[in-house]
Amino acid sequence: MRKPRLLYVPFWATYVFLYTPIVVLVVMSFNAGKSPYSFDGLSLKWYGKLAGNATVAEGLVNTLIVAAGSTVLATVLGTLLAVGLARYSKSRLLDGLGVLPAVLPDLVLAIGLLVFYAMVKMTLGLHSVLLAHTVFGMAFVTAVVRTRLTHTDTSLEEASRDLGATPLTTFLRVTLPQLMPGIAAGAMLAFTLSIDEFVIAFFTAAPTTPTLPIVIYSMVRFGVTPEINALATLLLAVSFTVVIVAQRMTRLTESLS
Amino acid sequence: MTSSTVSGATAKQRSRRSRVLGRLAFLSPGLTYLIVLMLIPLALIISYAFFRRGRFGGVVYELTGENFTRLIDPIYLDVVLDSLKLATAATLIALLVGYPTAYLIAQLPARWKTIALIAIVMPFWTNFLIRIYAWIVLLSGPGLVNTVLGKLGLGPFEFLYNQGTIVTGLVYSYLPLMVLPLYAAIEKLDPQLREASANLGARPARTFASVTLPLTLPGVITGCMFVFVPSFGNFVIPELLGGGRSIMVGNLIRDQFLKARDWPFGSALTLALLAVLIVLLLVQAWSARRA
Repeated sequence: MRKPRLLYVPFWATYVFLYTPIVVLVVMSFNAGKSPYSFDGLSLKWYGKLAGNATVAEGLVNTLIVAAGSTVLATVLGTLLAVGLARYSKSRLLDGLGVLPAVLPDLVLAIGLLVFYAMVKMTLGLHSVLLAHTVFGMAFVTAVVRTRLTHTDTSLEEASRDLGATPLTTFLRVTLPQLMPGIAAGAMLAFTLSIDEFVIAFFTAAPTTPTLPIVIYSMVRFGVTPEINALATLLLAVSFTVVIVAQRMTRLTESLS
Repeated sequence: MTSSTVSGATAKQRSRRSRVLGRLAFLSPGLTYLIVLMLIPLALIISYAFFRRGRFGGVVYELTGENFTRLIDPIYLDVVLDSLKLATAATLIALLVGYPTAYLIAQLPARWKTIALIAIVMPFWTNFLIRIYAWIVLLSGPGLVNTVLGKLGLGPFEFLYNQGTIVTGLVYSYLPLMVLPLYAAIEKLDPQLREASANLGARPARTFASVTLPLTLPGVITGCMFVFVPSFGNFVIPELLGGGRSIMVGNLIRDQFLKARDWPFGSALTLALLAVLIVLLLVQAWSARRA
């Protein structure tokens, strides 16, 4: 088919636009000088400074606690809800309720939770962020697991029931194993979204327990420091590795099955 | 005969009991969680919007409509209109750049298609605040953009801290969300339709306007929603790239809750934001049903 030449201009412009800032960040993270505007030779100095930054380390630990906790909660609740919606309910209203947290603007959820926590007089801390992140994490797990459920064969569950298995046994030994890839994908999504989430954490965290995005926010707001470049490069490297590993693993499981 | 009816009845009873149990076991934990941590908080926002503000912050439980009349105050209305303007601009620019990009990706050979798509999503893999920070560095007085322009004999320009910078930041942050649904819509398109149109003598522009665009319209609308919704309620990008003033509704809402401590008015603003988004969702649902 004919490809109009002119279309290549916005095509390449998109990639240049998306990658220029990232390339600049990565290059400047190895800058020996402090100025963000001139490259004064190679150095790992900013990585060293970053490693010694206690605030960043604390933020990272907080983020991992919140992400791990909310992922576990969201995965359990979301999986149950997906099965319940697919097998025990025909209500479209409940379907909508299940995905609402994923489409609700983060600011609205953040403010609602802030007001709610204040009303029930709950002190803010990591637990309040964890509970908040579970809300949207659960919506994504529910959505992914539900998609998987619509593609699974219900005759296996029926066979299990006809052979006298209790609903619990059927769920644990027939439904759950079939859903595993969907559950794993939903959990990964919930974890990734929680790690990067800023707005809800900003409203529901205590000033003494900032998550990493909150720490980054204050670093960005209060002046330019090359440590941010080093942090950006490291985060990029970690996500890159995770995606490559995940892709290898899906290819491996596909070839095994 | 009799025995089979009896066993049939008990089987029916058993299945009804297991359905009720199943409903309880599977649906109630998640729904309870959503009711407590989403619906009640939303109900609180709605009700606070109708109450009066206490003298020292807090809420006085006295019904009033003043929070909504304040919304029409030009000071606040301008902010809402500005947010609409900036979010619309970002959405249109993302569409104009994203459509040709998605169109070309859809025509690439399978292997390159995957790589091109991953490359669209990859910027999402580093923290979004850091990506905004990168733009501060790029656009600042002695930054890369001015340096390059200076070599061409232009500038230096004052790029930072205006509405154009905010739009740049919004487009940059949400462009991938435009490209992906557009790609999905264009991918599905049957190339024979376009060939037929060309064979019947339509020029490429005509083919695009009467075949390609109408058939990919659902993707266009989804992409526009994906960019507009997070742009309209954003407070981080206008704060970091717009110079810290209350420029968009998001900033205004944030300030009502964390600085001015006027929760009722903040709630009314949040409802206004939600109302705009609900109207858009209804438009989307309506156009999806027509398609």
